Amino acid sequence: MQALLDPVFLARLQFAFTVSFHIIFPAFTIGLASYLAVLEALWLWTKREIYIQVFRYWIKIFAVTFGMGVVSGLVMSYQFGTNWSVFSDKAGPVIGPLMGYEVLSAFFLEAGFLGVMLFGMNRVGKGLHFFATAMVAFGTFLSAFWILAVNSWMQTPAGYAIAPNGQFIPEDWFAVIFNPSFPYRLVHMVLAAYLTTAFVVGAVGAWHLLRDKTNAGARVMFSMAMWMAAIVAPIQIFAGDLHGLNTLKHQPAKIAAMEGHYEESIKGAPLYLFGLPDNEAGETKYAIGIPKLGSLILTHDWDGELKGLKAFPREDWPPTPVVFWSFRIMVGLGSLMALVGLVSLVMRFGGRIYSSRLLHRAALVMGPSGFIAVLAGWVTTEVGRQPYTIYGLLRTADSVSPIGLPGVATSLIAFIIVYFIVFGAGVFYLLRLMGKTPGAIAHPEPETPMRAAGLMPGPAQQLEKGEAP
Amino acid sequence: MTLDLPLIWAGLIAFAVLAYVVLDGFDLGIGILFPLFKQERERDVLMNSVAPVWDGNETWLVLGGGGLLAAFPLAYATILPALYAPLTVMLLGLIFRGVAFEFRWRTVRWKRVWDWSFTLGSLMATFMQGIALGGLIQGIKVADRAYAGGWWDWLTPFSILTGIALVVGYSLLGACWLVIKTEGEIQNRCYDLGRKLSVGLVLLIGLVSLWTPFLGEQFLQRWFTWPNILLTAPMPLLVLLAAGSLWRGLHDYSRPKQPFLSALALFVLSYIGLGISFWPLMVPPSLTFYDAAAPDVSLGFLLVGAVILLPIILAYTAYSYYVFRGKVDPDAHYH
Repeated sequence: MQALLDPVFLARLQFAFTVSFHIIFPAFTIGLASYLAVLEALWLWTKREIYIQVFRYWIKIFAVTFGMGVVSGLVMSYQFGTNWSVFSDKAGPVIGPLMGYEVLSAFFLEAGFLGVMLFGMNRVGKGLHFFATAMVAFGTFLSAFWILAVNSWMQTPAGYAIAPNGQFIPEDWFAVIFNPSFPYRLVHMVLAAYLTTAFVVGAVGAWHLLRDKTNAGARVMFSMAMWMAAIVAPIQIFAGDLHGLNTLKHQPAKIAAMEGHYEESIKGAPLYLFGLPDNEAGETKYAIGIPKLGSLILTHDWDGELKGLKAFPREDWPPTPVVFWSFRIMVGLGSLMALVGLVSLVMRFGGRIYSSRLLHRAALVMGPSGFIAVLAGWVTTEVGRQPYTIYGLLRTADSVSPIGLPGVATSLIAFIIVYFIVFGAGVFYLLRLMGKTPGAIAHPEPETPMRAAGLMPGPAQQLEKGEAP
Repeated sequence: MTLDLPLIWAGLIAFAVLAYVVLDGFDLGIGILFPLFKQERERDVLMNSVAPVWDGNETWLVLGGGGLLAAFPLAYATILPALYAPLTVMLLGLIFRGVAFEFRWRTVRWKRVWDWSFTLGSLMATFMQGIALGGLIQGIKVADRAYAGGWWDWLTPFSILTGIALVVGYSLLGACWLVIKTEGEIQNRCYDLGRKLSVGLVLLIGLVSLWTPFLGEQFLQRWFTWPNILLTAPMPLLVLLAAGSLWRGLHDYSRPKQPFLSALALFVLSYIGLGISFWPLMVPPSLTFYDAAAPDVSLGFLLVGAVILLPIILAYTAYSYYVFRGKVDPDAHYH
């Protein structure tokens, strides 16, 4: 509880809270924008009406999500200055221009074409409308590019010098942007966004297939989503492995925390499946692991040598239990995603992809898995960066604004209350939109009681007709 | 020839902030005027008059913040902590109003709630922007590259006055925008609202302008000493000219664009006036924009992008406004 009276900890908590809420929306819109572009392209190419119907279904969901992404993102662009002013002053010359490029190349592109994409179908031609959709999708990707360049630079800084006034001065922009961890992080994050979207789309398709396996819109969604899961999830595991090796090279203490290893040097390290890492005691208690697998994964050698946390100064240790567990959540969910993808392939080639209730239920349950995995991955990499903001160079405790405890505490509480109200309502509206039967309003659904009322409360169905236009 | 990069960037940031004020100003103003229009259909028209463009408008605020971090990190690192409370409330206000654009179409029972969220969010954001402006004008204490003032320094009678002035100003922009975008009964009421608001705004501009020189020695010198006065004297005259044009536009129903353009002129002139007071300060009373500037290697790198991308941004922004030109069709939406 002592931590709650520490302004630095509260400032971290506020940043973590606002960025975690924020990342949920772009993680979804990056994938969804591309999905919409693909649907519109398929419609223009095949002229099949079903694609534009599915497009119209998802564009409403996109609009609500995007709106929440914009307003929660706006908060982020001010958080650096309000709560991390020393960091901003020192790192501004390096990270500022990258964020400037994000605004100029990505945010304006998305915002400028969003209006045409949402409202312009009858005002511009089909070709121009598709162009607008594609620009929005491209903008979301560019945004990920720049913000991950910033984030990666904070993890593995390169191409800079330090001026007498304490500021980081860029020396080589190429080295700054394409810093050692950037390519891995970018690929890992963009794939994560695609997977997140695939599992949401898949879950919505599955939900409606469970109720009516002939629904054409639901079939399109489900089939496309399962292709993504089957192809992208294994690629993601491969990319994640490469990213891990990169982290081992540049941030070995983070890897030690992710693995729960404390011993100074360890050959043939086990892979812990469970354990309670304890920084005080300097050991992982109740550890259950698979012998030698840790070394095999990280060094590609059964007896490879790894460094544990004790190989690093005590004041450089990250909060190990958080990193240890968030990493396991991410990897576990990623593996389940790949499993769903694999099963879908089996079902598809067995001709049962639209009729296997087991697969549909599994996909439904896995709907939110992408969000949880993204957040867990985010926590792993960011908490693993502690106690630094700029790894090895600028400590978190030396980055914070001169704002007293009451100020930070008040704003934190205000953000928490507002976010839960506003984005809680938003998520409710999203679920309600997802509960609407895709495509055919032709055959009104019988208002039978539904099993899992959790996802989409029954009364929403009845409201629907008198509902929003 | 070497470019004076801090100067160029000061100009670009000033442009971004001005672009934000004139663009998001009118759509925030529409949020403030929202409760004056009671009928469902009127409210749909109001909201649809800005729905396709508000997001792009708000992006200029992100550019203002992000650009300041990139080009003048020290200004960013001192102004934002100094204005911690008003900026936080502004952001929360912008959240409430931003989501309302989507949420109010997604519910019947809660529609009123999101209508109020739209109005109060817009009002809060605007008032806090005005307070933040006042807080900046009256000065920010800086020591050792950090904000050195207190928690409530931003709250003074002057900053409250600038807060009110901005609320009135944005409302006027909103009303004038609606004069262009609507017809019939709504348009008539907007002409009427515009007349009342324009009187208020001109009075408030006068009040703020008379007060400002007494907030800092530099401001006083700038406006009232020989030979500066030769340059500054035309400013009040130009303001009166714009006010006259606004007043005529609000009575001559054949030129629906004149009020909006005149109101914009008032904003631009006030902004130039502020620039005259500030120059070359960025964080009064102590930091000039040269003090706060990032090294040339940072400014130059981002300038390349800005020179290429800003014209493109302006082009497709203009295109977007062109696509949605003319009177609002209340039934044209994707919802």
